[in-house]
Amino acid sequence: MSQNLFSDDLLSFIDEWKDKPGNLIMVLHRVQSEVGYISREAADEVSRLLDVPLATIWGVVTFYHFFKLTKPGKYNIQVCLGTACYLKGGDIIVEELEKLKGLKVDSLTEDGLFSLQAVRCVGCCGLAPVMTIGGEVFGKVSKDQIPGILDKFS
Amino acid sequence: MLVHLTIQGIEVAVEQGSTVLEAALKAGIRVPTLCYHPDLKPFGSCGLCICKQEGSAKIIRACATPVAEGMRIITHDNELYEVRKTILELIMSTHPASCLTCVRNNKCELQKLCVEYGIREQPFETRIKELPKDKSTKAIVLDPSKCIKCGRCVQVCQSLQGVYALEFIGRGDSTQMCPAAALPLNDSPCIKCGQCATHCPVGAIYELDEGGVFLHEAAASEKVVAVQIAPAVRVALGEEFGFKPGELTTGKIYTALRRLGADYVFDTNFGADMTIMEEGSELVKRVKENGVLPQLTSCCPGWIDYVTKYYPDLIENLSSAKSPMMMQGAITKTYWAEKMNIDPAKVYSVAIMPCTAKKTEIHRDEHMRSSGYDDVDLVLTTRELARIIRQYGIDFAALPESEADSPIGEYSGAATIFGVTGGVMEAAVRTAYNLISGKELSDPDIMTVRGNGEFRHGAIDVDGKATLRFGVVHGMGNAKQLLDEIRAAKQKGERAPYEFIEIMACRGGCIAGGGQPLGTDDEVRSKRTSGSYTDDKKAKIRCSHQNPSVIKAYEEFFGQPLSEKAHHLLHTEYKEVPVYKN
Repeated sequence: MSQNLFSDDLLSFIDEWKDKPGNLIMVLHRVQSEVGYISREAADEVSRLLDVPLATIWGVVTFYHFFKLTKPGKYNIQVCLGTACYLKGGDIIVEELEKLKGLKVDSLTEDGLFSLQAVRCVGCCGLAPVMTIGGEVFGKVSKDQIPGILDKFS
Repeated sequence: MLVHLTIQGIEVAVEQGSTVLEAALKAGIRVPTLCYHPDLKPFGSCGLCICKQEGSAKIIRACATPVAEGMRIITHDNELYEVRKTILELIMSTHPASCLTCVRNNKCELQKLCVEYGIREQPFETRIKELPKDKSTKAIVLDPSKCIKCGRCVQVCQSLQGVYALEFIGRGDSTQMCPAAALPLNDSPCIKCGQCATHCPVGAIYELDEGGVFLHEAAASEKVVAVQIAPAVRVALGEEFGFKPGELTTGKIYTALRRLGADYVFDTNFGADMTIMEEGSELVKRVKENGVLPQLTSCCPGWIDYVTKYYPDLIENLSSAKSPMMMQGAITKTYWAEKMNIDPAKVYSVAIMPCTAKKTEIHRDEHMRSSGYDDVDLVLTTRELARIIRQYGIDFAALPESEADSPIGEYSGAATIFGVTGGVMEAAVRTAYNLISGKELSDPDIMTVRGNGEFRHGAIDVDGKATLRFGVVHGMGNAKQLLDEIRAAKQKGERAPYEFIEIMACRGGCIAGGGQPLGTDDEVRSKRTSGSYTDDKKAKIRCSHQNPSVIKAYEEFFGQPLSEKAHHLLHTEYKEVPVYKN
């Protein structure tokens, strides 16, 4: 099972870190960057490879916002709801995405193209309100710009 | 070394390494706690045990602060009272105040503290989450809405038991006590030992209450209700009615069961004697015929659940003998029913157990229906029995004593210590000695296997003819080291240096099982243990193979231990169980 789920690179990384303290979060980071999220299968595999109970993995994964339990869309949208972005209308972007795509926070569009995350600050408050799609940053976003921005991703 | 300090001005000397909380107890001062439990390491989540230290502005947690020479501790003043009251009010703002309908009403630690601190109003906005109950195991119910996140259950499940079925998920306000990977509890590694339930300070984890089922079935006229009671019940049930831990109330329990509608009252101790005959003979056979050794005991369903999940490679080491309860059930519906000329289809077989896992054991597999019917139809824990005794208005303390029904109610001293860690080992040694040497022990007290060490081992010389190297473990989390040793030896084609190993999932054995009266700690364990040894000591017959009813059962029905009939009714087999079912 592990051959299909994790790359050889990842497996050798896990092997290297297997007996080192504090390895779980490191490994989960790598797993998420490779698989895109922490699937139950991935968690089972990490549990087996590191000999860490699934309960512990689930505790860690649900404690840190960084880790995702659901599969992200092809393009992951992050809308900043930090103080500056919120005051400048970050919540309006969220509302608009739901209206346009039926996309709710922490969910996925039916076609699997977009997923949506609400985040706290992406480090460019001067551009508030900010959204990122697949890593690309869009600043000073207004409601009517959104359809045009989304059209760039398919 | 002793450390001297004052608690509220009272001088006290305690061992170095003690906590301020323990020092306060010694000074006769009780500091309120919710997350602290003497079985567990300090967790420090509730904050109720906060105290002040003279000369320091820092507030300390008594449970997690080690004593130091010359400390002057203030445990109670008006400010601490106010802070503790606020903590309780904050807990109550997220805890449903449904005390009247709660299983823990009158036994809830939070409720007691709210009474003590005079919580009359709710100054904070209440935010109570409606979370679904988890009844998936048919033994233990999780009600996360009532959880106060003290962390006891998680610590019990992970540190004490090494099972890792429970964990906290989420963070902050949305933290939730939850089975692994948010699975239903039954799909998690849970072994149903129920230690989470006995350690929960509130009503968030409890036994599935089936007392009503018993009363309903007992009232049905066409049923012949046959009840058995486990060894550990007799040293603990009394606690629910004002008796001290360890006080034997066997005769009163028999009477109470008859008043509750039991037509026949038997004793699981008879089944325990039968278990020793079968398991002891199996051990002797394995030793003589170079079979798979060490032989591991199989009475504890929590342990069986654990080993079939975590150490399936050791299944071949498990004794094939059923637990005393399952033997007793099978015997009731075959040998006894036949002898009494009663249609086994009409027999309703009930077991009173100190254990929540026993509720699931009766449905484990087809071997639990060896009589052609469910060998045991219903299991009630000690706590559930206490509840229906109260419901029936029975003044337990005033009950006259009575005897169990023969012929499957008579028991030896060896059987009654089954509920104590080391008890099965001792009982087995008493009979194995006879099986190997043909002689009787001059002193049946085998002191080398007794005690409360978490892993005890040694060797017993059997009349110069054999050496029995034994291991005894209690508390599931303590078994790992020994099981890893057996596994490692096996992988090298060798075998670990033991012949017989007894493992019980609960700390102290069944006397401190997950279905026993609440408030169990090491002091209570020790008293219940003494009660069991007292029952053994006063027994006329101390060894299972000397029990006349056992001898008769073999003469009349089973032939001899390990016979074909015995194999069919008194033995079982085990299958590997996935750690996570989904």
